[in-house]
Amino acid sequence: MSFTPHTPEDIALMLNSIGIDSVEQLFDEIPSAIRIEGLPDLADGINEMAMGREIKKISAGNKNLLNFIGAGAYQHHIPSAVWQLAGRGELLTAYTPYQAEASQGSLQIIFEFQTMIASLCGMDVANASMYDGASALAESILMAVRANKKTTSKKIVIADSIHPCYLNVMNSITRYQGIEIQCVETDRYNDVNTLKSAAHESFAAVVLPQPNFLGQLTRVDAITDWAHQHHALVIGLVNPVTLGLLKEPGSWGARGADIVCGEGQPLGVPLAGGGPYFGFMACKKQFIRQMPGRIVGKTTDTNGKTGYCLTLQAREQHIRRSKATSNICTNQGLLMTVATIYMSLLGPQGLKNVAIKSHQNTARLIELLNTVKQVHCVYADNFCHEMVIQVPSSAKSVLKKMADRGVAGGYDLATLGQAWADKLLVCSTEVHNENDLQQFITVLKTAIEDV
Amino acid sequence: MLIFEKSVQGRAAQAQSPHLQKDAVRIDSSLLRQTKPCLPEVSELETVRHFTNLSRKNFSIDTNFYPLGSCTMKYNPRAAHQFASDEKFLNQHPYIDDDYKQGTLQCLYELQHTIKSVTGMTAVSLTPMAGAQGEFAGVAMIRAYHDERGDKQREEIIVPDAAHGTNPATAFMCGYKVREVATLSDSGDVDLTALKAVLSEKTAGIMLTNPSTLGVFERKIKEIADLTHEAGGLLYYDGANLNAIMGKVRPGDMGFDVMHLNLHKTFATPHGGGGPGAGPVAANSKLAKYLPVPVVQKTATGRYILVDETHYPHSIGKLSTFFGNTGVLIRAYIYAKMLGGNGLTQASTLATLNANYLMTALHKAGFTLAYPQRRASHEFIITLEPEHKIYGITALDVAKCLLDRGIHAPTMYFPLLVAECLLIEPTETESKQQLDEFVDAMIAIRQMMIENAEQLKQAPQKLPVTRLDEVKAAKTLDLVWSE
Repeated sequence: MSFTPHTPEDIALMLNSIGIDSVEQLFDEIPSAIRIEGLPDLADGINEMAMGREIKKISAGNKNLLNFIGAGAYQHHIPSAVWQLAGRGELLTAYTPYQAEASQGSLQIIFEFQTMIASLCGMDVANASMYDGASALAESILMAVRANKKTTSKKIVIADSIHPCYLNVMNSITRYQGIEIQCVETDRYNDVNTLKSAAHESFAAVVLPQPNFLGQLTRVDAITDWAHQHHALVIGLVNPVTLGLLKEPGSWGARGADIVCGEGQPLGVPLAGGGPYFGFMACKKQFIRQMPGRIVGKTTDTNGKTGYCLTLQAREQHIRRSKATSNICTNQGLLMTVATIYMSLLGPQGLKNVAIKSHQNTARLIELLNTVKQVHCVYADNFCHEMVIQVPSSAKSVLKKMADRGVAGGYDLATLGQAWADKLLVCSTEVHNENDLQQFITVLKTAIEDV
Repeated sequence: MLIFEKSVQGRAAQAQSPHLQKDAVRIDSSLLRQTKPCLPEVSELETVRHFTNLSRKNFSIDTNFYPLGSCTMKYNPRAAHQFASDEKFLNQHPYIDDDYKQGTLQCLYELQHTIKSVTGMTAVSLTPMAGAQGEFAGVAMIRAYHDERGDKQREEIIVPDAAHGTNPATAFMCGYKVREVATLSDSGDVDLTALKAVLSEKTAGIMLTNPSTLGVFERKIKEIADLTHEAGGLLYYDGANLNAIMGKVRPGDMGFDVMHLNLHKTFATPHGGGGPGAGPVAANSKLAKYLPVPVVQKTATGRYILVDETHYPHSIGKLSTFFGNTGVLIRAYIYAKMLGGNGLTQASTLATLNANYLMTALHKAGFTLAYPQRRASHEFIITLEPEHKIYGITALDVAKCLLDRGIHAPTMYFPLLVAECLLIEPTETESKQQLDEFVDAMIAIRQMMIENAEQLKQAPQKLPVTRLDEVKAAKTLDLVWSE
């Protein structure tokens, strides 16, 4: 079933033309000591109908729950047009747009994406996307260290209220380049005073999550100004949907953030078990040459007609090799296309409404939670669309009981340490209606009684 | 026309906005946005028409032949896309308990098994989100191995001069210095004398592609492996060209310690105009414990579980927020399952047959092969240096001329060793007729060189734009639209 068109006659004609008798002769330069004959420990192939049956059986092992988990991946309504358009073969099966004249569709979409993302972030420019949010942050950190000419420090200051997996990924990717990450314990506002006390020496950049991992809103203005006074760059780590409502990083403090990145998944990408998603990255114009990843620019053809092409390729690995800004040699083209279509369909007001509705649903959930005995809203204000609740037993056992009743009740904060083992991170978005919220409450009550 | 230029204030795709009863929020006003972001205000139909029309300005596998060397642009089976797009897979938050995602985990677990069988490695992590990230994982694992042994003076990675640009860039990201080693110009094999000269107690490892980017099998691979291991270094296999050798020879048997695969090449997942890909990393028993997490395991009771650093304390860590490009991995699983061991082997057989047939045909038509005395792997190189000298045309001119004939250009000017080169990889899913059409197109282009080289330099003429001014793009840096 290898989707090959060759008839026996084709093969005979081709062998004859090459001047050999059998296809095996084509492999006669491989030393015989290491040759194998096929892949006997893999089963033979099956046709599409049999595969359809097989995959139905396998996918039955997946149970879809009414979802209240966020923690870095957010469920939003995805307009039907988004994936029907992105799924067109001309977009789905196209290669990276190196041959610009044959890729004007993909290239113009990237240009439109860059415009939308830069504007959403309040930045001058954006790239064509990164692998995901965490890797985009790791690349932003490496970029900030290269871009900050006012200090030789390779230290990055980060509030501990960042997603724990982002910290892990950041360490994995940046550790070999002498980057020192200082994780600072802060209060829920990431108040500037908590950071001040920790950062004594000079540092290259500070990472500001907005909202932070616990769904809380950072006091971005004061920290941005403080970091700039210390000649450090500010990296904003943001959720793009909430930027319909929240102040864009370019307007944080007096001078605005310098680099902005985040997880793009909320913009039309399904939860899909964790991927593929995409990261985004935007910055002030003066840092563009330090930015990794694909960037598309507008130009003209030999007739003076407008067209688009990849640009600033001198930063990239296929030209600069070991001196490149990163080894990255792709973006997440399809997901970025999805986000561009999503943002077009939502528009400025639609995106703002999604953010507001998600916030209002979360507020309504808090209201309803106040009626549940033994449950305490740890942060009942200063939230965007995610909040922390405390339950009377371990979060793990409550979540298990809730899942048995068809509700994914939240993220188990035990990953942050024992003190958090009775706390859940709960998210509501515009996809929930009043019935869904009531169901969450009912199931939570039963789960607590059961445990 | 850009979508912003179609925007009219107050217009919207009304069916897509959530309904608000009030717009009050409980957020401190100093944290709220005061400016309107530059998103278009357009109707749903305008959006559908805009992106449909943009899609028609693209080449794609579904519409065009892509003999793009080193990229394995084979047919992306519709079934893989359709089955992986089932709600059962899509409507799953990554943080639900493993009990509720057994289906997804089963696909991933079986894909790990398939990869082990194809590569001859003993353990696999599927999390790297692209080939370059798989490379990073592999080299970071090499580093972790030496570091754990306290072998800290090993600070060099050896890379052949023909290597992909990601190889040296990856070595740098892992804190290594890059030592280049030459390739023999007549055979395309690595120069063993040169290799011996750079191997030392400073060698951490060597990064190789086999078949190499020159489209030939590295015949001295066992000697290279032995020499490197004797020097205390490890071997990294760049899986870019794995489509040439499935069921024929395995990197594990060649002596490699760690490798990555490009599932968007060999396992036919769609390129999506530049991603998402997937770059799983596979290792032998020496390096398995350093694999990035999470990894899927099967318990004694037959349950599939995701394991992290608690099981893999020596892991190089996580490389993505969640699991990696899960949906791509499911597509690759479906592809591999449909082909089976026999189909994967046949894919490599016929990819190689197609390449050798095309190479022979172009040679007969008078084009110059870079390595005429060698078999092609699944790809091969022609050099247009003779045509360049006689007619003044370049590989770029020929590439653009092919675009006018509805054929995507082969990879140009890579590898850097061969002047005016085209790296041509037809893949196994193309028919003899399609290959013959390509040869005819090349013959016609040669005729143009003789009759009207100036016209050839004006190509393409039949696409949405003619040749673009890339210098102007880099100079003006017009990267976002503004009114």
